[in-house]
Amino acid sequence: MTPREGVAASAAGGLIVVDDLTVNYGGGPPVLIDVDLTIEPGDLVGIVGPSGSGKSTLLKAMLGTVAPVSGSVRRAPGLAVGLVPQVETIDWNFPVTVAECVGMARARGLRMPWMTRTERTEIADVLDRLGMHGLGNRHIRELSGGQQQRVFLARALFTNAQVIFLDEPTSGLDVRTRHDVLHLLDELNSDGLTIVLTTHDLNGIAAHLPTVVCLNRSVIGAGRPDQVLVPDVLERTYGSPMEVLEHGGMRVVVDAPLGSNVTPLRRTGTTGGGASA
Amino acid sequence: MSWSELLRPFEFEFFRNGIYVATIAGALCGVVGCYVVLRNMSYIGHGLSHSIFGGYAVAGLVGVNLFLGAGIWGVVTALAVGGIVRRRPIGSDAAIGVVTTASFALGLALVQLYGSPGRNADALLFGNVLGVTTADVWLIVGVALATVAVGFFFYRQLLFTTFDTQVAAATGVRTAWIDALLMVVLSATVLATMNVMGVTLIAATLVVPAVVARMLTDSFSKMLGLSGVIGAVSGFVGMNASYHLDVASGPTIVLTSACFFIVAYIGGGSLRRRAATVAHAH
Repeated sequence: MTPREGVAASAAGGLIVVDDLTVNYGGGPPVLIDVDLTIEPGDLVGIVGPSGSGKSTLLKAMLGTVAPVSGSVRRAPGLAVGLVPQVETIDWNFPVTVAECVGMARARGLRMPWMTRTERTEIADVLDRLGMHGLGNRHIRELSGGQQQRVFLARALFTNAQVIFLDEPTSGLDVRTRHDVLHLLDELNSDGLTIVLTTHDLNGIAAHLPTVVCLNRSVIGAGRPDQVLVPDVLERTYGSPMEVLEHGGMRVVVDAPLGSNVTPLRRTGTTGGGASA
Repeated sequence: MSWSELLRPFEFEFFRNGIYVATIAGALCGVVGCYVVLRNMSYIGHGLSHSIFGGYAVAGLVGVNLFLGAGIWGVVTALAVGGIVRRRPIGSDAAIGVVTTASFALGLALVQLYGSPGRNADALLFGNVLGVTTADVWLIVGVALATVAVGFFFYRQLLFTTFDTQVAAATGVRTAWIDALLMVVLSATVLATMNVMGVTLIAATLVVPAVVARMLTDSFSKMLGLSGVIGAVSGFVGMNASYHLDVASGPTIVLTSACFFIVAYIGGGSLRRRAATVAHAH
């Protein structure tokens, strides 16, 4: 992965520009306050933060399904977006085969119910690309955890989306599968796809992404993992002290008491070059 | 029973009309029922049919066209349920319970006070072959054609919205509009089916074929087709049984589809076990 400059510091005019965004639900307390964020073509951005920090709301705002109280979300004209939902929200008993699930995504406007020959070829291609050759006629429940995740990724790709949003793409997956999903996202990103995801997994996912945004109602820090996954930003994001350890050349975020065989990094006062609060 | 005895009812126009309506209504309810069942809204059909009975009585009293009045009443009830759920901390099941049952009670009270408009109340409540006119046949044909058109052109949007509303909305499908469209189709279906099925049993015609089809396939398009066929066969067989057994058509049609359910439940279970065994062997 190519490390990128912090997204919040990028010039206006990106694919998606979130400007001074405040959002609440039904006049309640604000879920997002004065959020600034720019998604540029080719970005691979992970949004991290505690439960209730507004990660999903920020995704919804960028997708346009939540209206701002103040501020704005500007999307490049004609931008096609795809969303990969949390696997926990899927009704796995719903009667759809893999191909039906992928095909339903091209739904806008009046269309024939059946897939055209071109569409069938495209579905087969996108399944091949995601390593799911020949699984089109399987029911979605009959897939492994990683394959289930890929079906919805395939559905998003089938819409020819330029930006794909993933809500907690690795929750409930084992380490190996999580690794596979991360690799796949990296490959797709290398092919030019812009990806924005939310995650709870600081060490397994966020630390491996080019750009991380720490969110707790506002953007606390944004930039490369070594810039933002630092004790000061993490404490302000999660509201409790966290340590960053160096272990075998890797940075590991922990909130547990420290062991004796690891060296804690000193807390720093900076939030990294591209960060904005 | 000889062939001539089996075919005898077909000599009567009222029975032929009844067979047409029961078969088309069965197919129609089978298809629409798939969406109802997969949205976990099985009770909305029950509620709407009761509500429409109230609308029927009111329309008769006010003196407007019965179908039009009852249809508008049904759509308004469905929207009222949605409105209450949005504005008050009440679940949709409870809101359906309040609004549609009150409407049904109003219908019953009006029928007792002023008599049944057009048909007798028993026919409306339980369904009756004798109640079916040529106009009813045309009504169900019209509703079926309209439903086929909606189902055809909005197939993917309906499927996407039913399976995954949030993602559908996020990727540009107008889900609120699709939901409203489905409610209108459902109201029209219930209205056109009421004469044959009766108010109290429509829910079963919507739910049973869809549930049977779901047990037999894992594919949405196949479920739609199977459910329509099971509904149509249940309507046809049930209507014949109604004549020969001298029982109201609603109960015989529902009992026929219940037989499908029992067969699918027992047979489908063993099929799945066999499939699992085969899969393990490979």
